[in-house]
Amino acid sequence: MNLTMLMYLIPSLIMFACGVYGFITRKNLIAILISLELMLNSVDLNFVIFNRFLFPGQLEGMFFTLFAIGIAAAETALAIAIVINIYRSIKKIDVSEITKMKF
Amino acid sequence: MNYAQFLTMQQELGVLAVFLIVFLFDTFCGKNSRSAVTPLAIVCFAAVTIYGFFCTGTGEAFGGMYVTSPVISCIKSILNLGALIVLIQAVPWINSEEGSVRRGEFYELLFVTLFGMYLMISARHFLLFIIGLESASLPLAAMVAFNKNKYESHEAAVKYMFTAIFSSAILMMGLSFVYALSNGSLYFADLAESIALGSNSVLLVTAIAFVIAGFGFKLSLVPFHLWTADVYQGAPTTVTSYLSVISKGSAAFAFLVVLAQVFGAVYSDIWEWMMYALIIATITIGNLFAIRQRNMKRFMAFSSVSQAGYIMLGIVAANVLGMTSMIFYILVYIFSNLGVFGVIQAIENKTGYVSMDDYRGLHKTNPWLSFAMTLAVFSLAGIPPFAGFFSKILIFTGATESGSVALYVLVLIALINTIISLYYYLLVVKAMWISPEEPVVPAFRSACTERFGLWICCAGIIFLGLISCIYGWIYGVSEIAATEGFFALLG
Repeated sequence: MNLTMLMYLIPSLIMFACGVYGFITRKNLIAILISLELMLNSVDLNFVIFNRFLFPGQLEGMFFTLFAIGIAAAETALAIAIVINIYRSIKKIDVSEITKMKF
Repeated sequence: MNYAQFLTMQQELGVLAVFLIVFLFDTFCGKNSRSAVTPLAIVCFAAVTIYGFFCTGTGEAFGGMYVTSPVISCIKSILNLGALIVLIQAVPWINSEEGSVRRGEFYELLFVTLFGMYLMISARHFLLFIIGLESASLPLAAMVAFNKNKYESHEAAVKYMFTAIFSSAILMMGLSFVYALSNGSLYFADLAESIALGSNSVLLVTAIAFVIAGFGFKLSLVPFHLWTADVYQGAPTTVTSYLSVISKGSAAFAFLVVLAQVFGAVYSDIWEWMMYALIIATITIGNLFAIRQRNMKRFMAFSSVSQAGYIMLGIVAANVLGMTSMIFYILVYIFSNLGVFGVIQAIENKTGYVSMDDYRGLHKTNPWLSFAMTLAVFSLAGIPPFAGFFSKILIFTGATESGSVALYVLVLIALINTIISLYYYLLVVKAMWISPEEPVVPAFRSACTERFGLWICCAGIIFLGLISCIYGWIYGVSEIAATEGFFALLG
């Protein structure tokens, strides 16, 4: 069976939408972080798909993906560190508790 | 590999050198001499700032991924100057119990963010651009979380970090769509070429909307501004002042570069109208929310949201005058905003008060601080003899130069908003000078570094508008950029 570009792109975009949905609806900070990872990974997928199907002779998208993965890892590490700080100070990581500053 | 190309990135190397010096000194010096990090960092960075004004060369490195030109050196020198004032004003805080535990880290993180911002401004390839953007925003999140003993600092850091990741994910999604439209290269010039060839497809509109949204988060334009107030309030005041001027100024210039050099061909088709909507919403909503704030840091957050809208006017003008006035606006904004934050910081360090109600009758106990605050606030509001008035005039002139009716309407709305902003800026002045109540803040003498920083800010506010050679310098470098084809795509 011959897979077209669209068959790869649609899962990637669904993943991005799931990430956005999760970012907005989840209450747990770790779950929000997982949603953000989904979004970043779908971006990586997008770049790889476009590179593979549209520009098979070049590698620019692949390189971008490699760097983006590294950056995403750094972001996650820092975000986890900040979440741990929150946990140490209030023993909760629920966003409905992190509401001291509003409006 | 040609190692000589590294010499084109002089400003970055300067910042990196200061970073390394501070890092090595902080790691290997003894416990007793650790407080010497502060003067070391300031002296080294002052040297780099002065040196930066002499870097006016044109060049490129890494196969054109990185470019430098007089206008880029100019904006970097201006940001250097702002960061130097932040560093000078930060001294009492960094020497206090709260800051001194991680004194070295503060300087290291600050220099890394500055390095990232410079890469972002100079990048002409989206890979380098994203790396610069991330190395600017990640250490900033760590700086927001700097105060480990205060819960607000963590809350602000969570909000900043998560919106930063979200926004960069959105930005990169937009970039992946742009990549799909390209000829397989992520260079700005190549992308611009293929965008100019292709029509305004749905994919291109989506891509530009995503990119603008991603930048909107960084610049806190209005539909994406909700993190601003919380982060500004929770972060240590030094970090807030850094976040509100340097981070915003660099992101604004990078935004101009991306819009003009990549998407310039579809200016009137696509992003002109998006920017109109964003600017009107940003200026108006920022102003309206600022009116009801009592906490000074939140107040300044919404004020900076609406100021970002004025800075965007320079982008939407998309000509030499717009670019010049935008850089000049950033320069004036740096001095005025750092003046306000200098006073907030001085009062907070000595007494812990940050509410506007605590500023009542301040002139009885601290006339000089009230004076500096009044100057800075007048400049932000754009009252005539001060620099803010000239920067506002120039940015309005730049925006109306092309003469389209839509831009005149936009400037009219901005002008009406200036009057609204005058109301809430004068609330601060009223609290300080007119309120009959007894003063809350006792009389004190602020640290000499804080006073020095405030003197620099006041001098800048008074003289920047009157000394026209500064504007002439910025105009000169912008014209050079225009002759080199900065606005070539816009026609």
